[in-house]
Amino acid sequence: MKKITNLKEFACTPDRFQGGHRLCPGCAHSMIVREVVNATDDDLVISTATGCLEVCSAIYPYTSWDVSWIHIGFENAAAAISGAEAMYKALSRKNKLYNEDRRVKFVAFGGDGGTYDIGFQSLSGAAERGHDFLYVCLDNENYANTGGQRSSATPIGAHTSTTPRGRVSYGEKQKKKDLTMIMAAHGCPYVATAIPSTKHWKDLATKAAKAISTVGPTFINALSPCTTEWKFKPEETTEIADLAVETCAFPLYEIEDGHKLTITYRPKQKIPIEEYLGRQGRFAHLFKPENKWIIEEWQKNVDEYWDYLQRREEAGV
Amino acid sequence: MATPKEMLTTWDKVQFGAVLPAFEDPEHKVRSKFHSYNYSVADWRVEKPVFNRELCIDCDFCWVSCPDSCFIVEEVENKRGKKQAKIVGINYNLCKGCGVCVDVCPTPIKSLLMFPEYIDNEEALKQWPKKD
Ligand SMILES: Cc1ncc(C[n+]2csc(CCOP(=O)(O)OP(=O)(O)O)c2C)c(N)n1
Ligand code: SF4
Ligand code: SF4
Ligand code: SF4
Ligand SMILES: [Mg+2]
Repeated sequence: MKKITNLKEFACTPDRFQGGHRLCPGCAHSMIVREVVNATDDDLVISTATGCLEVCSAIYPYTSWDVSWIHIGFENAAAAISGAEAMYKALSRKNKLYNEDRRVKFVAFGGDGGTYDIGFQSLSGAAERGHDFLYVCLDNENYANTGGQRSSATPIGAHTSTTPRGRVSYGEKQKKKDLTMIMAAHGCPYVATAIPSTKHWKDLATKAAKAISTVGPTFINALSPCTTEWKFKPEETTEIADLAVETCAFPLYEIEDGHKLTITYRPKQKIPIEEYLGRQGRFAHLFKPENKWIIEEWQKNVDEYWDYLQRREEAGV
Repeated sequence: MATPKEMLTTWDKVQFGAVLPAFEDPEHKVRSKFHSYNYSVADWRVEKPVFNRELCIDCDFCWVSCPDSCFIVEEVENKRGKKQAKIVGINYNLCKGCGVCVDVCPTPIKSLLMFPEYIDNEEALKQWPKKD
């Protein structure tokens, strides 16, 4: 496992995901990806589901990757990486590896649409079969690449192109699906949540290093604030991510062996959820008097979940 | 056995299980002309970040949060002989002008500031706010 010490040393890592890609200015996807691929010195084989990351980092004839990389379908990043990993194991068994002296790790990236929704069956299958890989979900809470449709990661009240706000609609009706816990329930040896931010850079890099070096299926759910669809200014990306953590809208924690939960960051004082919602255009309508109940609902959900995490950590089960 | 470069020339040279580096010349880390590193997104920008070496404390916050891998670092040794990254510049071919780096820069007078694209960097440094 690569030792993640301080940022001054980490920044000496030669980047393996390069610029010149066509993600929006201020996009969080690339911040997360850079940290993940820089968190190991091993060789990497990466599969990426269709979505903003894949489309923007592989516009023909260009690539932004300094690692072996495969674009597969929208629904099967986990299946593709399972296949690559299984082949690698088989070749290793037969002593037929090409780069014998090198250690190879397998990582898949998918958006929330490609992970919570359409790619869930292949992810669930890969976790169940127990392949040795890390799956990173870049959770921007909508299908950003196709114009911002809702997904099962979209939180209640959010305006998206398929849950528009208006006279009769207040936006998304359902609560966000808790995919991190669902992956833990698969018995994965390591699952965690993370955000891209300067304050929590080490949290993300350490979790990635840990997940990559853990044998077996591991999962990181990374919140990826999307300037275009969440409607905030591009320079605010990391501020919005920090607010998600400080309000406990997206708590940072990890779960080992499917059950042992540790909260990796505890805000000194949980701040009201309005501070997070109010900074994003997709929630602007919630501040109208008739929608006040949704903000209350949000706060209630956040409080309950934070209590639940603390109780689980305390119980150590 | 075929070298990575040979393996990339024709499909039948690719070895099962090989890990291919993205470099045309892996030894010298020369990226191919089809690497996005050699593409320019400079025309996306209306404002550019300007870097002031005098004020920078090398916290590397800008390096870790830049979505476009723009910050050019030089590996140096600190007093205790530990390696650390020193920021030496911005790759303006890759910068889209998002402003994240300026937002995260923690020095009391920022070591990074946004300026209109048409202003020369030397001129920008002259206009830098002073301590009062
Ligand atoms: C089977 C299939 N259905 C639909 C699409 C069209 N499509 C491409 S990207 C995308 C949305 C991706 O959303 P998400 O996974 O959340 O990634 P994001 O773009 O938000 O990063 C869709 C619907 C597709 N490529 N394949
Ligand atoms: S739409 Fe959102 S996720 Fe997609 S590239 Fe733009 S900021 Fe990134
Ligand atoms: S403005 Fe954005 S793209 Fe340009 S160097 Fe700063 S963070 Fe990177
Ligand atoms: S964030 Fe500011 S102080 Fe820190 S390394 Fe970058 S320019 Fe220097
Ligand atoms: Mg998405």
